[in-house]
Amino acid sequence: MAHGHSAEAAAHAPAGGHGEGVQHPIRIYLWIWLLLFVFSTFSYLVDYFQLQGMLRWSLIIIFMLLKAGFIVAIFMHMAWERLALKLAILVPPLALLVLLGLMAIEGDYTFVTRLQSFVQQLQTPGEHHKVPEYHPGNP
Amino acid sequence: MNHESTSAALPAVPGYSEEGLKGVSADWSADKQAFPVPWGKAMMWIFLLSDTFIFSCFLVSYMNVRISTTEIWPNPSIVFGLHVFGRDIPLFLIALMTMILITSSGTMAMAVNFGYRRDRGKTAALMFATALLGVSFVSMQAFEWTKLIVSEGVRPWGNPMGAPQFGSSFFMITGFHGLHVSCGVIYLCVVAKRVLSGFYDRKGTYETVEVAGLYWHFVDLVWVFIFAFFYLW
Repeated sequence: MAHGHSAEAAAHAPAGGHGEGVQHPIRIYLWIWLLLFVFSTFSYLVDYFQLQGMLRWSLIIIFMLLKAGFIVAIFMHMAWERLALKLAILVPPLALLVLLGLMAIEGDYTFVTRLQSFVQQLQTPGEHHKVPEYHPGNP
Repeated sequence: MNHESTSAALPAVPGYSEEGLKGVSADWSADKQAFPVPWGKAMMWIFLLSDTFIFSCFLVSYMNVRISTTEIWPNPSIVFGLHVFGRDIPLFLIALMTMILITSSGTMAMAVNFGYRRDRGKTAALMFATALLGVSFVSMQAFEWTKLIVSEGVRPWGNPMGAPQFGSSFFMITGFHGLHVSCGVIYLCVVAKRVLSGFYDRKGTYETVEVAGLYWHFVDLVWVFIFAFFYLW
């Protein structure tokens, strides 16, 4: 394999880190590629065999995180970047977990209030015929 | 743009040899460039960070409407199933699209690698291969949209299978992702053409190929989350 180290790579070498322009053997990419194929197949099989409940959700998330991790770390070279860049890019998205949590709570609340409202409409005596059609499928 | 001189000067900056948290504080506190990478790469990462928030907002809002709807959510396994080889295979097209996008990520990673080896021909060939896989992905998505709109009657405001939010989430999320893939194809073709013309040899660096690669891998990354949360959940 031709090792035409770029000027940048040579310049970064004294720092001991894998700076930009560092060459990894093609083999690494082929291995990661294969791994991503395997994980994708596994997550597809979760649906194919119709696994349900917690098992389904945890498997989907595990395979998803594994795939995402390998893409970011190896394909996007994040594994060889300086910690300062890693933190600057990887920490801010954690704020999304807060949004996720808040919106999950909010979604539950909306669901429950909708149900309550529908049940109240159904239970109002003598007003059965006034129940509004909320089903868009039935005009 | 004189990257060589900037990069070459970096190791001399105090604190650069530090690793771990000391390295973080040295990189942030010194009166110097915070990220010892080419500016294009740092900016692409920051753009991708902002894009992460955009896609996350879409996915979180999808979660919100899916939790709060009182109607049945259409089963993606059936909606996106395809009748091939004489039987119904769940999510057939989506599985194929996933594999195609992963393959394109693999060819892109190798293109970046050959770029740093200054192998013009292989770099450009692999980038065009990546773009071609991207085109096939978008074509399959176009087929999927057509099938959903024409034969299944899915609209952003309703569908015959259940919760109307299904359509709006689907078109918003996959549409935005497809737009990213389409832009990526154009981006890759422009960079690959420059690789062929020897532009980066004259410039003295192939980092633009890596920056384009970052964008492409991100598109693949987003699909990993869409595949998990929209199609499999």
